[in-house]
Amino acid sequence: MLISVKNVNYVYGSGTAYETQALKDINLEIDQGEFIGIIGHTGSGKSTLIQHLNGLMKATSGTIFFDGKDIYEKGYSMKQLRSKVGLVFQYPEHQLFETDIFRDVCFGPKNLGLPKEEVERRAKDALREVGIDEKLFDQSPFDLSGGQKRRVAIAGVLAMEPQVLILDEPTAGLDPKGRNEILEQISMLHREKKITVILVSHSMEDVAKYVDRIIVMNQGELMYNDAPREVFRHYKELEKVGLAAPQVTYIMNRLKEKCLAVNTDATTIEEAKEEILKALKQRSIHLPGNR
Amino acid sequence: MIRDITLGQYYPIDSVIHRLDPRVKLVSTLIFVISLFMFKNFSGYIAATLFLFGIIKLSKVPFRYMVKGLKAVLILLMITVVFNLFLTPGKPIFEFWIVTITDEGLKTAGFMAIRLTYLIIGSSIMTLTTTPNNLTDGLEDLMRPLSKVRVPVHEIAMMMSIALRFIPILLEETDKIMKAQIARGADFESGNIVQKAKSLVPLLVPLFVSAFRRANDLAMAMEARCYRGGEGRTKMKPLIYQANDYRAYALNAAYLIAVIVIQRL
Repeated sequence: MLISVKNVNYVYGSGTAYETQALKDINLEIDQGEFIGIIGHTGSGKSTLIQHLNGLMKATSGTIFFDGKDIYEKGYSMKQLRSKVGLVFQYPEHQLFETDIFRDVCFGPKNLGLPKEEVERRAKDALREVGIDEKLFDQSPFDLSGGQKRRVAIAGVLAMEPQVLILDEPTAGLDPKGRNEILEQISMLHREKKITVILVSHSMEDVAKYVDRIIVMNQGELMYNDAPREVFRHYKELEKVGLAAPQVTYIMNRLKEKCLAVNTDATTIEEAKEEILKALKQRSIHLPGNR
Repeated sequence: MIRDITLGQYYPIDSVIHRLDPRVKLVSTLIFVISLFMFKNFSGYIAATLFLFGIIKLSKVPFRYMVKGLKAVLILLMITVVFNLFLTPGKPIFEFWIVTITDEGLKTAGFMAIRLTYLIIGSSIMTLTTTPNNLTDGLEDLMRPLSKVRVPVHEIAMMMSIALRFIPILLEETDKIMKAQIARGADFESGNIVQKAKSLVPLLVPLFVSAFRRANDLAMAMEARCYRGGEGRTKMKPLIYQANDYRAYALNAAYLIAVIVIQRL
């Protein structure tokens, strides 16, 4: 077990008019190499939860274990934790500050106190992984396009070579092309470098395509924590909390209701296609005189 | 840490004080501040204390919130007290080495401390119970006569309301950027002054960029809605005095008279 969250509660603004319980008794386990999607409505506590995972926020009660060690124990190095659990915030391009891209990406590894050659190697690797051309390295980050800025910012976290990469809505505000590129690159990192990825999103379509497990948050509580197809079975409950299953789920359910005996578990368009073709084939066999 | 700044932070509950017209609150704050500097003996301070605590009670805002504003001026307060305490000439009551405390010094230092404390608390009550928008509306209305002598009253009020509106936004932004940089291993706390100042670069650069971006967006949004200054502009919620506002004015007048009378005694 890489990360284990035990009975975590988080209350902010306690004792004021704004007092809110952002997390309610969260229990969660994350294994090495998993690709997890966290989904929830705005204000459901998903951003709060991920900030607990790298120690930026401290739980009001409960504990979090990373690699078997209690991160709230005295003497536990938060700086080390943060180098192992990389967190990419929403709109990460807003954190860029250096005069050129390369230096900005070097910021993270440099803070880890690594030697200069290692810092530069990591920065180069990270920029290559997110698909930034070497020609752009000495440009100002403020001159890039939106999608490029975002990728540079993600590289800034990747350069620390974390074991776990958490991304808070990495596709927010990007066009479909930029969105697909980012998601594909993240998925490739997961496959090739075997890093654990936690993707926060409210697009079910994005999440369904890539993740092994979905965590649904609602009003500070874990609502579901299961494989995508299991979670999407509850599409009616998801609607009640302002979320929705992928459109494919709706189509499959409607088809089943109306006429076709399909398996409604499909979560992506490809799976649905297979499933519909299979069902159609079966039907044509069962219907005599069709051929 | 940066969330401790109470000035300009509205405390959203419903109370008699919250419902008062902002003009009344501005005038009463002014009267209260002036009254603080009129006192020369303790009886006046008793009146001020009663008045202040009455208002605090009515406002329903937790007392802690008002004291929070004091933290920011604590050093200034201490300096004032120390200077007054040691440097006022008069009848010495305590002498040690080169330190001399006089009767008058003790008195002025005490008065000064109370004055500053009450001043901060008094003005905190105003900002805690009035939304920034209301506050600038009231200010604009009170300053209107000045526009006759070509003071750009509307523009000043607009700038103030924008500035006040941006305080929480920029605080939030600072918090976000700070967290993002801490996640990248930045350290804002340790090191000497030079290192600390240097470590602020990754915070300040993005903050300035974002402030300019927001200012630009706001200007565009205002233009898109045909904003062209205050001339001929009407208000969606014009300020109209209610019965309670007149009562508050009466109470203020009563307080002022009481203070003047007490001073004469």
